Amino acid sequence: MRFYEYESKALFRKRGLPLARGRVVKSAAEARAAAAEIGRPVVVKSQVLSGGRMKAGAVQFADTPDEAARKFEAVLPIVVKGERARSVLVEEKCPVANEYFASVTWDGRRKLPVLLFSDLGGIDIEEVASRHPEHLSRTHFSTILPLTERIAKEAISAVGVSGDDLTALIPIVHRLLQLFLDYDLTLAEINPLAKLANGKFLVLDGHVDMEAEARGAHQALLAELGIGEGETRQARPPTPFELEGARLNAIDHRGVAGNVVEFDGNLGLIIGAGGGSLTLFDAVRKQGGRPANYCEIGGNPSVAKAKNLTKLILGKPGVDKIAVMMNVVSNTRVDIVARGVIKGCLEAGRKPSDVIAIFRIPGSWEEEGFRILRRYGVDYCDRSVSMYEAAGKAVAKLRAAC
Amino acid sequence: MSILITKDTRFIVQGITGREAVNLTRENLAYGAKIVGGVTPGRAGRDVYGVPVHDSVRDIVAKHGPVEGAVVCVPPRFTRDAVFEAIENGVRLIVVVTENVPRREVAQMVELARLRGARIIGPNCLGIISPEEAKMGGVGGPAANTRQAYRKGPIGVMSRSGGMTTEIASTLSAAGLGQSTCVSIGGDAIVGTTYAELMPLFEADPETKAIAIYSEPGGRMEAELADWVKEHRSRLPIVAFMAGRFMDEMKGMRFGHAGTIVEGKEDTTAEKIARMEAAGISVAERIEEIPGLIRKRLATIGVDV
Repeated sequence: MRFYEYESKALFRKRGLPLARGRVVKSAAEARAAAAEIGRPVVVKSQVLSGGRMKAGAVQFADTPDEAARKFEAVLPIVVKGERARSVLVEEKCPVANEYFASVTWDGRRKLPVLLFSDLGGIDIEEVASRHPEHLSRTHFSTILPLTERIAKEAISAVGVSGDDLTALIPIVHRLLQLFLDYDLTLAEINPLAKLANGKFLVLDGHVDMEAEARGAHQALLAELGIGEGETRQARPPTPFELEGARLNAIDHRGVAGNVVEFDGNLGLIIGAGGGSLTLFDAVRKQGGRPANYCEIGGNPSVAKAKNLTKLILGKPGVDKIAVMMNVVSNTRVDIVARGVIKGCLEAGRKPSDVIAIFRIPGSWEEEGFRILRRYGVDYCDRSVSMYEAAGKAVAKLRAAC
Repeated sequence: MSILITKDTRFIVQGITGREAVNLTRENLAYGAKIVGGVTPGRAGRDVYGVPVHDSVRDIVAKHGPVEGAVVCVPPRFTRDAVFEAIENGVRLIVVVTENVPRREVAQMVELARLRGARIIGPNCLGIISPEEAKMGGVGGPAANTRQAYRKGPIGVMSRSGGMTTEIASTLSAAGLGQSTCVSIGGDAIVGTTYAELMPLFEADPETKAIAIYSEPGGRMEAELADWVKEHRSRLPIVAFMAGRFMDEMKGMRFGHAGTIVEGKEDTTAEKIARMEAAGISVAERIEEIPGLIRKRLATIGVDV
């Protein structure tokens, strides 16, 4: 769950990291007022979640309040990697002498958090890693020992920083580490961390990602930052179809029949579970099918939940048929999914045998499930038909019908 | 032989009175598991299918002696504490079923386990099964379903998906290839035990002749396995199934499991497949290709199954 730059900075400010004076604005008049208040040249930065703002021209400079207002109008409409700006950050422009880089993330291989530090900030860190490896340090740290300043010191001095710069940088980087652990972040990054012409250090740009699982534990912070509960902060904002899927899934806590992601095809998918859905989605695409959606069912959802998901997908414009498929199930009951899906078809005014291209869910309670499917004339198969073959049958049937 | 568990493994279930844990206890008992006790604070004195409930792991150890394993089936916010409790009371194999545990807490569990010489499987997993011996966790579901899908034999299975563990086992069994042990390792970004960390155990198990794995986008686990295979010149042919190929074009979107997201190039299936193939791991595009690929690989090294 990614934070905008201004949210990341609000979090940094809370923990005493040094930042330039600045304000988030939503109009040219506000931009002018912010620049007047700062009383010095400013930088005008579009607030988007993706990188590449500078290249897209969405970061510009202004010497006067009037120019700041004009620059606001210039950067606001710029679309960065398909994303429109939510707001604009106006900040004091600071003359930089030197740039550093500090980033904390998880190393899934070592299963520990790792601090990356470089004295070549401001440029692509991958490039530093490959061309100047001696300028990038990697320092893992414990999650159960008390966090002390040693970690920051070792990381910074490992790239050859010493003297006053070292002692000035230690508390800044140490606070970044604390913040990373305290707020269940998956990324806490400062780039660049600038040394100004006057010798002071300042966080010029920052980037924070919070783990979705930890949202509940940090509700107060999220409310303080103004991050709404409905904001998923994935790579793109959720569509109304996806939001409705999430709402239907949340009505009943038993099992999952959701995690809906919208695509633009004509084959509705009711698939599961986690790994099974990935496998089946690939299988449909590989055989020329065009999925209308991705979703996951699992954990034995109720009949109502399966029914609601079915109705949602059948109601999506352009959906001609649905395929109901899972890996061999042991926890989810085949008969319950069968009942829910058939009910959903009937309530949507569709004939189950027409609209269900294939039903392939083998496993617990399959005899009962298959009996129900036979009664409605639905084409089904057991585990002797592979997931790939079942997906192929659905694709072929759709092709024959169109 | 098998790895991790046998029919004699004595284990406990933490959170035993919860709905999911009650099912799991019934299913494991019916498959022959030796469950010596369960824990739910404040519920001591009750029983779940004949398994006595205690307030703490310490009580169980005091009354029944040391236990080898624990299945942790408690809500996310109690999971770390339950795992700490198991480790500090001498349990050395801990299966964490719970989903949605924040990464920091998982890392803490794993760090303590390392310090104490314990092993964690999961979180967000269905556990371990040594077919026709015992199982520990929800893998395979009710005993009758488990028997239908899993057969004893020479293939070790490791999977980031619990459901796909059963799909693969079922496909192998139907093709006449039974399994030594199948491990649902969990779908999170950090898991207690990775493919590469299980490989030495399979390597040391004379019954295991080949390995099948289920893998996905996200994380470095496949790269770690590829490195391990190259460094150790493993005797075991490995066949990997790679799911989620469509995700390569969908950077930043999470699908399936918590750890399944493409952030950088290393997370993509294309990159993982390339690394695994370079290490001599065969990669299947369909589940039904796995048995044939395993037989082919075994035939080239003259192993008969």
